[in-house]
Order: sequence, then C-alpha cells, then structure tokens
Amino acid sequence: MDKAVALELRGVTKSFGSVIANNNVDLTVYKNEILAILGENGCGKTTLMNMIAGIYFPDSGHILVDGEEVVIRSPKDAFKYKIGMIHQHFKLVDVFSASENIVLGVKDGTRYNLKEVNNRVLEISQRYGFNIDPKKKIYEMSVSEKQTVEIIKVLYRGADILILDEPTAVLTPQETEKLFKVLRRMRDDGKSIIIITHKLHEVLSISDKVAVLRKGEHIATVNTSETNESELTEMMVGKKVDLNIHRSEPVDPQTRLTVSGLTSTNHDGIKVLDDVSFTARSGEILGIAGIAGSGQRELLEAIAGLQHLDSGEITYNNPKNGEVVNLRDKTPLQIRDLGVRLSFVPEDRLGMGLVGNMNITDNMMLRSYRRGHSFFVDRQRPKDLANEIVNSLEVVTPGLNTPVRRLSGGNVQKVLVGREIAASPKLLMAAYPVRGLDINSSYTIYNLLNKQKENGVAVIFVGEDLDVLIDLCDRILVINSGRITGIVEARGAKKEDIGLLMTKTERVVIDTEEENNG
Amino acid sequence: MNIFTSIFNYLFSAIPLGMTFLYGSTGEILTEKAGHLNLGIPGIMCVGAAGGCASIQLLINAGITNPVLIVVVGILCAFLSGALMGLIYSVLAVTFHANQNVTGLALTTFGVGVMKFTMTKLLPVKYLNALPYFRFPFNSSQTSLKYCGVMVFLGIAVAIATSYVLFRTRVGLHLRAVGENPATADAVGINVSLYKYMATCIGSGISGLGGLFYIMDYAGSREAYLSIEALGWLAIALVIFALWKPHVSIFGSAIFGALFVAGSFIPSLIPIAMLQKMEATPLLKMLPYVVTVIVLVVTSIRDKKENQPPASLGVPYFREER
Amino acid sequence: MAKKDNTARIHEPLFHIAKRDALPLGKTVLIRASAILISLVVCAIVCFVLIKINPLELYSTMFEGVFGTSRRIWKFLKDSAVLLCFALAVTPAFKMKFWNIGAEGQVLVSCLASVACMYYLKDSVDTWLLLIIMFVASVLAGAAWALLPAICKAQWNTNETLFTLMMNYVATNLVAFFLIKWTPDGSSSLGSLPYGHLPQVLNEYLLLIIVVALLTVGMYIYLKYSKQGYEISVVGESQKTASYIGISVKKVIVRTMLVSGAICGLAGFLIVSALDHSVTTESAGGQGFTAIMVSWLGKFNPFIMIITSFLMIFLQQGADRISTEFNISNAFPSIVTGIILFFIIGCEFFINYKIIFRQKEVK
Repeated sequence: MDKAVALELRGVTKSFGSVIANNNVDLTVYKNEILAILGENGCGKTTLMNMIAGIYFPDSGHILVDGEEVVIRSPKDAFKYKIGMIHQHFKLVDVFSASENIVLGVKDGTRYNLKEVNNRVLEISQRYGFNIDPKKKIYEMSVSEKQTVEIIKVLYRGADILILDEPTAVLTPQETEKLFKVLRRMRDDGKSIIIITHKLHEVLSISDKVAVLRKGEHIATVNTSETNESELTEMMVGKKVDLNIHRSEPVDPQTRLTVSGLTSTNHDGIKVLDDVSFTARSGEILGIAGIAGSGQRELLEAIAGLQHLDSGEITYNNPKNGEVVNLRDKTPLQIRDLGVRLSFVPEDRLGMGLVGNMNITDNMMLRSYRRGHSFFVDRQRPKDLANEIVNSLEVVTPGLNTPVRRLSGGNVQKVLVGREIAASPKLLMAAYPVRGLDINSSYTIYNLLNKQKENGVAVIFVGEDLDVLIDLCDRILVINSGRITGIVEARGAKKEDIGLLMTKTERVVIDTEEENNG
Repeated sequence: MNIFTSIFNYLFSAIPLGMTFLYGSTGEILTEKAGHLNLGIPGIMCVGAAGGCASIQLLINAGITNPVLIVVVGILCAFLSGALMGLIYSVLAVTFHANQNVTGLALTTFGVGVMKFTMTKLLPVKYLNALPYFRFPFNSSQTSLKYCGVMVFLGIAVAIATSYVLFRTRVGLHLRAVGENPATADAVGINVSLYKYMATCIGSGISGLGGLFYIMDYAGSREAYLSIEALGWLAIALVIFALWKPHVSIFGSAIFGALFVAGSFIPSLIPIAMLQKMEATPLLKMLPYVVTVIVLVVTSIRDKKENQPPASLGVPYFREER
Repeated sequence: MAKKDNTARIHEPLFHIAKRDALPLGKTVLIRASAILISLVVCAIVCFVLIKINPLELYSTMFEGVFGTSRRIWKFLKDSAVLLCFALAVTPAFKMKFWNIGAEGQVLVSCLASVACMYYLKDSVDTWLLLIIMFVASVLAGAAWALLPAICKAQWNTNETLFTLMMNYVATNLVAFFLIKWTPDGSSSLGSLPYGHLPQVLNEYLLLIIVVALLTVGMYIYLKYSKQGYEISVVGESQKTASYIGISVKKVIVRTMLVSGAICGLAGFLIVSALDHSVTTESAGGQGFTAIMVSWLGKFNPFIMIITSFLMIFLQQGADRISTEFNISNAFPSIVTGIILFFIIGCEFFINYKIIFRQKEVK
C-alpha cells in the first residue's frame, strides 16, 4: 500500500456523561480511497465522524491530517483542513436556491456574485457527474437533489476528505447507483471518502476498505476485496450473548392485528412504508428489528392512527365480541371509540408519550382524562394509578408532583410503560422501550412485556439490540427502508442472519441456504 | 384650486408621509429577517425622533447655523438613539432569550415615555428652526412638494440599499439564513448572535429616522410627536404588506400614505356622496390594516415559501449542548 | 500530553449556557425580587439625574399617590381589576402558545358593541334587559374578533401575532368611524350615555372588582381543573403529544380563542356599563398590551397575575402622581415602567438558564 495517508485517528476517545461513545479508536484513511464504516446502531460511527467534522471535540486522542496533528474545534476548522461532512439530516435553508445554500458561510474574500457561484456549481457538477439546477429552491427538490446540494456544498469549499453519514438511507436504488458513480469519480480525482452505511451489499460494491466498529470500539479494518458479507456481519454484531430473559411459550395464539399492504409516503416524497404486511397474535411478542429509521416509527404510528397511509389495510380482531374493525384512516380517538384496546409506547418519550413539564399524575391523565361527563378532570384516579406505578415499578422520584422531565430515563420509561399497560390493552406496541436504560430498568421492562404476553396481549416490540430481540420475542420481523425483508422464528434464530436481513433491500427467505443479494 | 393641483397635493402628501412608514418598515424588515419580531418599533421611532430633535436643538443653542451639519448630526443622532434601543432589545431577546413579544412591547412603553419626556423638555421654536433645512430642496414650495425634503430621498435610498444588501450580498445571504434556519447558519460558521445584534441595532437605527422625519419634515409642528407611536404600528403592518422586501415597501408606503391622508383629499377629488362625509376617514385609515390582514391570510393560504415570514421569526435560538 | 491539554482549553469557551431544571420557588422569588430591587435603584438614579429628585422622596410620593386616600386605593383596585381582566382573557391562549396580542382590539370592539346597544336601544327596553343585551353583544363581538385569527391559524397556520396586532387597529378605526357617525356635531366625543348602567354596590368600582375576582378564581379552576384547561396545557406543551392522545389541536385553538375573546368581551362590557358609559378609541387605554406582560410575568397563573397587575398599576399610578407632584412630564410613568420591565424580563433568563463557567484545570 503506497498510497498517501490523508487522515489518521490515534486513540480517539469520547464519552457523554457515563456513556463511552468511542473508546481508543484508531483509523487511517488514504487518498484515492473509499472507506466504509460499518456498525450497528449506537456503535459510535456518527460520533466518531462528528469529531473529525468538528461537531464534537474528543476527550483524548489525536487527529492527523496529511501527517500533521490538527485541532478541529468547529466545522470551520474542519474545512480549513479540507474535511467536509454530509450529515444525515440535511442542513439547508429551504427558501434558498442550491447555489445560495452552497455558498452560505463561505468567506473566500471574493465579491459575492451569485452568477459566478452558479457557474462554479455547474462546473463541479460536470466534473463529477452531478445533475443539478443551481437556481432551484431547496423546497422544490427531491431528497436526492438535496443530498447533491450538500455534497457540492462540501466540494465547493475545496474538501479533499468527504464524510457521508448514511447517504443511501434516503435514496432509491437507482439514485444510490448514481451517487456511487459520483463517489468513484471523486475517488479517482484524488479525494478520500468515508461513507457510513449499514447496507452490506453497498459496502461491498462501493468501498475499497471497511472499518468495523462495535460498541464504540474499532474492531478491524479490512480490504473489501478480501472479505465477504458473513465475515463482516460477524464482526459487526459480535458473539451472541445469552441474556437469561425468561420466555414462555405462547398460549393459544389468535390473530389480533392484521396489516396488509401498508404504503406511506412522507412529505419529502420518500416511501417510508412499502407494502408492509404481517399479523400480530395474542400471547405473543412480535419483535421488529431494523436499522434505525427504516420505517419502524411510521409503522407503529400508522397502526395508532397518526400516520397518513397511501394504501393498505389495518384490521383488528376484537377478542371481546369477535368483531373485526378496520383502523385505516381513523384518528386515535376514533380507534379508541371503536373499542380497540390499543396501547402505544412511542419512541419519543418526552416529546410524544409524556409531557415533560407535567407531573406524574397529570401524565397519567393523558390517556384517561376524558372519562366521565363532568366538565372537570378527575385527578384522584390518576393519582392512585401514579402511586401504584411508582410503588410497583419502583420509580425513583421525589414525589408525584415532580415534572417527569426531571426523572432519569429509566424512570421516565417506567412511568410511560406503566401508564400504557394500566389501560389493560389487548394490543401493546412499544418502540425502543429500553433505549438508554440501565440493565435493571431494562429487565423490569422485559418482565412487564412478558407479563402482558402471558395475559394474552399481542405485543409488538421494536428493538435495536439483536440479543434482546432473539431472547425476548417469539417472532422477529425485519424491516429495511420501509420494506419487510424477512420474518423469522426467534427461537434458534441466528444473530448474523438477522443482521444480514437488516441490510437487505428485498425480502429474503431465510433457512433456504440461498444467498440472495437482492 | 383645480383638480390637478388637488391630485398633485394629494400625491405629494401621501408619498412623504409614507416615508415615515418606510423607515420604520425597512428597519423592521432587517430585524425580522434575522428572526426577531420587534414590536418595539413604535417606541424606537419615538426615541429616534426625540434623539434627533434634541441634538438639533443643542446645535442651534450652540449657535451653529450650518444647515448641512445640522441635518447630518440630526440624522446621525436619531439613528444612534434608535440603535441604542435596538441594543436593549438585543440584550434581552438575543442574549437573555426573553420572549420577543413581551420585550418589544416593554420597549415601546419605554420609548414612548422617553420621547414624551424629552419632547416636553425641548423647545419647538428652537428645533423647528431647522425645518427648512430638512425640507431642502423644495422648502419654499407652497404646495405639498415642500414635504419632499432630503430625508425622502434618503429613505428611498436606504430602502433600496437594504434590499440590495439583503438580496444581493454575502452579508444579506448570511442574515437571511440566520432568520430562516439559525442552526444551519451556525453549522456553516456564521456568528448567529452577532448577525442578530447587528441587524436589530442597525434596523432600529433606521426605524429611528422615521420618527425624526415625521417631526422635522412631514408634520413640522410642535404636537407632531404625539402621532408617531400610531404610525409605528402601521410600519409593522407595512412589513407584512411588502412581504419582507424593502423595495416593495417603497410602493407599499406610498399606498399606505395615500390611504392615511385620503380623508382630507378624497372629498375634493371624487364626487361620491358617501366619501364626502367625515365618516369615511376612519374607514380609509382602517384600510391599510385590513389589506395587511388579507395579505397575511392569503400568503398563508397560498403557502408560497418565499412570501412567508422568516421561518424562525419569534423563536429564540439556543444551541443545545450535548 | 501537554499539547492535548492545550487544545482542550482552547475548545472550551469561558462559559456556556444550559437550560436548567426548575428552581425551587424560594430561589425564583429571590431572583425576581432582586431584579425589581435593582431596577428600583436604577430608576432612582434615572430620576435623580433627569429631574433631580431624592429617590426616597420619589418612592414615598409614589406610595402616597397610590395608597394615600381611600379614593386612590379604590382607583388602584379598579384599575388593577380591569388590567387583570384583560390579562385573564389572554392567558388561556398564551398557555396554548397562541400569541394573542389583540386583547386591545377585542376589548375595543366589545366596548363598541355595548355602546351601540345603548345608543340604539336607549330606554326603549328595561335597564336589566338592556344590560343583558349589551352583555351578549359584547361577548359575541369580542369572541368574533378573536375567532378570525384563530380560524386562520388553525386552518392555514397564519401568523397569529401579526394578525391579532393588525386587528387592534382595525378595531380602533372602527370605533373612530362610529364615533363620527354618532356625533353629528363633529366633536367625535360621545359623552356619558345615561342608559344601561350596572347597579352600584357600595361604590361604582366594587361590583366590577368582585366580578373580576370571581373571574380570577374561575379562570384558575378552568385552567387547572377542567378538561378543557388540561387540553390547553397539553397543546401548549407539545402538539405531538396532543395528537398522540387524540386531541384535535385545531379544535382546541379555536375554542380557546373563543374563550379568550369572550372574556375580552366581558371586560368591554364592564368598562362600558360600570365605568365609562361611553366609548372612545382609548377605551382599552393600551392596557391590552400591558396585560400581555401581566400574564407572562405571572407565569399564566391567575393568582400570581393578581400580584403582577398590582405591580403594573402601582407603577403607572405612582409615577402619575410623581408627574403631578413634581410637575414633570406625564410621560414619566412609562419610562419607569419600561425600566422595571426590562429588569423583570431579563431576570427570567437567570431562572431558566444557568451559566456554567469553565472549570479550572486541576493540575
């Protein structure tokens, strides 16, 4: 390897509070090279890249550009060393044109002349094969066009090292192919490109080298040509850890919820759900695995009546009277009035599930305050409920009058899950219920979900830790880019298999020994 | 007096009166483009007027008779007084993240008080001596052309210059980015607070000139200062009417001015019985506000991005640290 | 590793600002009290510099001006009650984060509606009936004036601050129009109309004060204990949570603004039937704007708002007294009020945020 080193990290460590996001990471990026960074959710990929881009500052360690140690305190500093990052969430001004966004913040001493900027943008586009109208306004653009603007924004500033955070997550396969073509041209032009992605086949097709991160640590960097999918998956997910979660056999599972052909488009025009069909059964925990942002949130919100659907049906079998009701295009209130006992623990606990500034009692009321015909709210029952939850789930709080945002993450979650379970649901959906929780709180939540399952509730559990999914659930549905890529029996499921499914874009039938690259 | 003289007089009353709004709205546009709704504009215009008049009286008391010096110093002091008010606003609303509505209203209360206090201390016979200087070059005209003084031309120039800066320069681009999406501006290395401070202070300074103009050119009377606050609110309306574009404000200000003085001219121009009555005056004065409301509602219905208020208007920017 | 330490120090600014958790009540009171104290000192200095008055004499004059005679106390209570009534009206909307700054206009049109009833019905109906008609007309007018921006906000997300602000001046000119219409002599001054007076209890102010006191309690209960009040809090805190639990945000916006406008209507009715018996473009007296500050400074809590409206009226009347006593401009109250407001507004920052200074390197 006689390529010149562009960027080198030595022993970079960063922690947020007690959580170590990156531990002693070494990484080398060469010129004329595309390096893929691979890793599961929360393995510290983005944090690491943010340190190179000047968003965060490392606690310790060194960053070297072209062999010289540098201090990167801000994105501005990063640009000084010709490093540019394209974030997953675009940072663009909607009412500005492409060129205006590209030139924003550039102080190169020249006179501001939009025409010249337009010309330079076109020049860059032609050089690397982008297709863009510099005068088009951002709000009129598709996601891939916006991404193009972000990339040109970085190139315009003369970046030689480009970091792309999950650039393909929002693109169609055709757009992805186009992007890769552009990236290869940039590589051949002497640039170094770091691309964060989860999708294995993309890693294999685009990168020259792959660096795998797991739980904040750098596992290995390998040449793409010398590796394969299963080796990468194994490095990425690690060995299966036994969690000792008690799991009972489902008793008399009955179909409780049937979802068929759900398709939904968000306001950016991206298909967030694409022909999703499955059933959830009573007395069973259905796990949903997938890379963050693959449509899990939208799926649950669609069932809860919060997401607009283009097509598809959601039907609920009421165990009380055997009625089958359609939930599509119903508001949450209508769904409740239909006699559907649906509880939903959303991902965004304090932004959606609870009101941070309200106390525990008032948060209990969110679900039940409408009860009765009185003009006034009844606070006694929610208060009793709050007391009960605080006692039975051992919520640590100074009192019932403490605003919930002042509680720790685990206690907030106990309050939320406790409230949702108190409504004695027949269908319980929980999105990332243990995210950010310590071990004890996590087990409390697992036990609660298991108890619900034993009571005959159909439980849908969206999780990120594959060990947990495999040990807790009965079946696991794997979703990627809004599409179901597989449904597997959790008992005996292999971590690598699920990891692989998470990165596929087409539905794969597992256990057929068939390696289908989609 | 024939009809043409009436029309002439009408037009040249309307356009200069509009300058009062134009200064106010140009300043407010600058502030709003940085994401700050400054309801203190009426108070700022008042303080600008007071500062300008006070400085003029001081000069005259000192025996200075050079018209250019008096006009320049008057304008400068009005600007500085307004900018000082803008500084108070910025400290509270930018640095201290205070509620913008409340801060602005407090500023108006304060500004009106400061002006009334100052104006009762000043002697109109003194500062109004400078009236002809401000009404240059038509100061001896017997028609309403006399209102077309230096500050009318300055006002139009300032509005055009502000539009130029906002839409044609790098600084303007950065400023608009700050008002639209401060987080994005911050990410590309733009000093958000600095831009907010500068826009608010310079904007307030420009607004302050509106007050001075009204006293020292348009009204030219000892009681003139009492009307400035009301005109200030109209300046805020004009911002919406002009869809946050100072060059559109120039025409908008003429229309607003025309509606405002219509009561005194229309009866002699249009022989319609209803308009002949006094009653019509308040209705005509109401029109600018009604039209503004209609513009506001229609633009929100059409939801065309360019015509919306700056996206972060009224929202304090706070870079949350992890 | 010396180099590393160096970089770390460069990175960290001298201090940074972070949102803080709710402070204990004692501390917030302390911060506010010290802000007011500092502002009083600043005012004293300003007074001394501008008008050469001994600050102590100044404040004792203020105090005397507000509480010196029983008549002054009554006036103080009456003005506070009117201001509080305005503030109560805007509070539900504010709590929902709907910035209704149109109380001035909403009160003004309802005053106009009341007076219109008096003007046209005269004594053709009994006083009690006239009062009822006036009341209904006022409430409807105030509610209608608030409904317009509310519907536009709910439907098209029209900026409510600008809309309600404009509606104030539409109302002012509407009043001016009717005044000219109703006064053929061209004086534009209607004078006190002898119809539809509210009965007096003890004196002309007490009934009004009682009504506002009841309203305060009522509003407190409405916001804290009613289902609608609860919905207002949820919508104000998080529209996402509101939709999650099935609250229709649009409905709550419109309904709350109707309540807001109706209370403005009540305020207008009280001003006309109990106090002014007439209408001018100054009927609301700019208190619609002051009410915004009363409500905001009172943390949208009706009982704290009693204190803040007392404070505002004390400042206004006390400074008024100074103007007459020392024969200085009647503009003085606004300057003093303004300065004190700046400090109170500014001190909120220290309640909501904390400043974390760079930690000293431990060697």
